[in-house]
Amino acid sequence: MNRRRVLLFSRFERFWHWSQMVLIFLLLLSGFNIHGFYHVLDFRGAVEWHTMAAIALGVLWIFAIFWHLTTGTWRHYVPTTRGLWQVARYYAYGIFKGERHPYHKAYWRKHNPLQALTYLALKLLLFPAIWISGLAYLFAGFWNGAGESLMWVALVHTAAAFAIAVFIIAHIYLLTAGHSFVQHVMPMIDGFDEVDLTPEEEAYLEQDVPNQIK
Amino acid sequence: MAASNRWSSLFLSAVLFSSAQTLSATTDIIDSDMNFRSQESVQPIAREASASTADHSKYEILEGPFNNGPEVTRACLSCHTEAGKHFMKSIHWTWEYTHPTTGQKLGKKSIVNNFCTNARGNEGMCAQCHAGYGWKDDSFDFTNQNNIDCLVCHDRTGDYYKTPPTKGNKACSIMFEGKKPIYLVKVAQNIGLPGRENCGGCHFYGGGGDGVKHGDLDSSLKQPSKELDVHMDAKGLNFSCTKCHVSNKHLWAGSRYSVIAKDTKGTGQPGIRRDVATCESCHGLSPHPGETLAGIKLNQHVERVACQTCHIPTIARGGVATKTDWDWRTAGKTIDGEGYKEKAYTQGNGEHRATYKSIKGSFKYGENLVPHYAWFDGQMIYTTIDTEFDPDSGPVEINRFNGSAADDKSRIWPFKRMHTVQPYDKGNNTLVYMHLWGDDDDAYWGNYDFGNAIRVGMEKNGIAYSGEFDFVDTYSHWPITHMVAPKEDALSCDECHAKQSRLKNIEGVYIPGRDSSRWLDIIGLLAIAGTLFGVVGHGAVRILNRKGGQS
Repeated sequence: MNRRRVLLFSRFERFWHWSQMVLIFLLLLSGFNIHGFYHVLDFRGAVEWHTMAAIALGVLWIFAIFWHLTTGTWRHYVPTTRGLWQVARYYAYGIFKGERHPYHKAYWRKHNPLQALTYLALKLLLFPAIWISGLAYLFAGFWNGAGESLMWVALVHTAAAFAIAVFIIAHIYLLTAGHSFVQHVMPMIDGFDEVDLTPEEEAYLEQDVPNQIK
Repeated sequence: MAASNRWSSLFLSAVLFSSAQTLSATTDIIDSDMNFRSQESVQPIAREASASTADHSKYEILEGPFNNGPEVTRACLSCHTEAGKHFMKSIHWTWEYTHPTTGQKLGKKSIVNNFCTNARGNEGMCAQCHAGYGWKDDSFDFTNQNNIDCLVCHDRTGDYYKTPPTKGNKACSIMFEGKKPIYLVKVAQNIGLPGRENCGGCHFYGGGGDGVKHGDLDSSLKQPSKELDVHMDAKGLNFSCTKCHVSNKHLWAGSRYSVIAKDTKGTGQPGIRRDVATCESCHGLSPHPGETLAGIKLNQHVERVACQTCHIPTIARGGVATKTDWDWRTAGKTIDGEGYKEKAYTQGNGEHRATYKSIKGSFKYGENLVPHYAWFDGQMIYTTIDTEFDPDSGPVEINRFNGSAADDKSRIWPFKRMHTVQPYDKGNNTLVYMHLWGDDDDAYWGNYDFGNAIRVGMEKNGIAYSGEFDFVDTYSHWPITHMVAPKEDALSCDECHAKQSRLKNIEGVYIPGRDSSRWLDIIGLLAIAGTLFGVVGHGAVRILNRKGGQS
């Protein structure tokens, strides 16, 4: 096993991540504006920003899903219990003792098991909840959802929005765990991160795609 | 007074009101109450060039001489052979309306309202707005075509007027003295399709004065600015009333007893929609531009929100006030045995309005009023003279209506809501007919005795009366549909989609921005705060431990 710097996040994945970040922030800010928590924008402006951001995110997602499926990168999110306990123990205890992060990225496993599980839950539960309720909300006029039924849609949508806000706070905080904040963010900027490679992987990368390994 | 776009904003109304007060100091006191169509200021309103193939000034029969109105009518009917038969079916003639779904017998001939309360039995005064000649009492012949008053609607000189059919008590009749004579030949030769002043001569003054009744119909619509009414804008579209209130055989579209609260037919095939006065019959069912997100959303609102709700931001915004509150209990005070008036309200156009009249009681007015909003299915149900009610169970609704979010035919509509305290039959728990008008010892106007006025009012209409009266709170609801503002002045989304929503009383619908689950908000905000607190705490412990470890 050799630890090398390898291109782990392709150009599209990084574009996906950052544009998704911008759009989700726009959605949260405009969404809670619509909800009535504050009035930075008027209702109409907030609805227009919210809808445009949602449409843009939807288009991005169509590409992202296609990308996950065709590149096989969806496999990074397959849940595993291997090392799960150690990571959980680390965040609850070891981190305070200044221990090192127990997980090391592998070429086909770039998230730690807790992270992978969280993202999977996000992708399978929270995002579908917000998308389905959001689309139902957006198209309420077409299914005659102007009555009380819209209330349930709105409740699910708002609850999901709160959960996503919670996720974002934890997500940003966890960038400080283990390595430094900058070390965590850099891979999502230049794409390279330290990965434990098998000799076969290393040989393959050096031979076939030398520009993806440093 | 300043630029015409002053009406565009609610906030400016305060400024306007104060400028009006300054103005009034230099203006002679004008009494705009109860002068009806005998006002001197009536000028014919320009209509679109007549497409008529006849010039009425060239007809020999219209050269007169005419001694009275019916002689003119006879001349009209000699050519317009079917007009009399057609007109006699119109509510302007019959004052009767049988509601198609409730079967209630309505119309001015029978209903009790919460203004002057009843036209019935007071025709000597009220029938000055009947499009006929000489309806004083039950002896009026509704089958005589010569009794039709063609001129009141078709006069295009502005000189024609009507006074009450009978003189009444001197306390009132003095108002109608000293009018200029009418030259019937001139009027007859200058007839045409009705202008706004013709319809407005009665409809602007309903309830006993300018703007009193409706709130969206008053004399400011004779020559309105674009801001006041985008359709009737005197310098712009300059619509006459009949542009929307289309007629067929002298029957007009646009009943407020049976309202088309939701038009699902839209414009229809070219030229076929001559049966309704709805916005949709011209603007269609998707009136907003469909290529923008906001336009698509607004077009979906059409399903549940009447056009009027957003496009009539406030009512009574033309400088003429509307009556909002009427208390009959204070009526009857006299000074040295004579009735009197107090004029403590100055409206936007500088005219003074009576806040007390011995013959009617005390009033309150409003201008630039935000309407009352409610689900409305279009069908008005009246508390008629024979409807029993429980006076202890809150205000009696003179007219109520159904409608709900669950009902597909209902939409959210704006209303003017009128509050009145008026007499009722304490023994039978019904409304009463009062004998208000007459040169006798019982008419309330002049004698100021409710007991006698009610007794006689009930008696002469054959209604049982217990002999005891008291006062009861009533509400009436007037659907709002005029004073449509230009689109720039339509309500912004925030007027409804906010915690302080205009629609705060509308039930059965989730309105984003207005509604939210309090519990979900608390839990959600606590979760966010808890997470923030958690990460800050987690981070703090890490930093402390690191320092501890270093030392």
